[in-house]
Amino acid sequence: MAKRTIEPLLWTLFSAGGVVAALFIPIQLLLFGIVFPLGWAETPSHERMLGLLGHPLTRIYLFVLCSMALLHAAHRFRFTLYDGLQIKHLNELINLFCYGGALVLSIWTLVLLWHMP
Amino acid sequence: MSETPIYTEYHPRWYRRRVSTYWWLERTSYLLFILRELSSAFIAWFVVFTLLGIRAVKLGPAAYQAYLAWAASPFLIILNLITLFFVVLHATTWFNLAPKAMVLHWRGRKVPGEWISYANYGAWAVASIVIALILLL
Repeated sequence: MAKRTIEPLLWTLFSAGGVVAALFIPIQLLLFGIVFPLGWAETPSHERMLGLLGHPLTRIYLFVLCSMALLHAAHRFRFTLYDGLQIKHLNELINLFCYGGALVLSIWTLVLLWHMP
Repeated sequence: MSETPIYTEYHPRWYRRRVSTYWWLERTSYLLFILRELSSAFIAWFVVFTLLGIRAVKLGPAAYQAYLAWAASPFLIILNLITLFFVVLHATTWFNLAPKAMVLHWRGRKVPGEWISYANYGAWAVASIVIALILLL
């Protein structure tokens, strides 16, 4: 029998993260990366942002969005390195870099949102 | 069988034609594939950009203003424009693939693939409108 691996779980998280990223990232990036900096619409004030981030639902939403998107990105980037550069022999190192990076950033997300005033 | 064959992950022993490291430049479809895969790096960048924003809000009004000024610098705007291209590429390729990944049946019949794609695009529109309304109003 084949050895049990964590791969199916990683592929499931990859898909879930892909959906979340596709649905929610474009509009948020459009607003915070282009529309607000270029002055096409009024940037939310600090007070408003604090109010939004103070809401538990916003925090849960942001944590799910960030952590799932990171796992998705880590998984896909891993295969981009495998296929694009054909560096499958660096397997362990790539996994450590991709999933380790996603984990560290997810923990940072959690800490940031947890300690919001 | 008395012996289990040695399974070498990622290192098959059989003959393989050598593939150039730049194989993805050979055809447009290959290039599009690798660009789609590269969208992952830009999704990671979006998360970092967002987390820095949350941190700035947490640190106070001055830090938030500094963050907004940084986001308005030409380099960041260009980077975020490129990121937007990749993020939209991810979204559209993802929704177009959805019917292939998810086959639905209703009353014993297969739901047409286009419907699943349309449902995804619809959800995308609703999610975008809701977020835009929250942030703009």
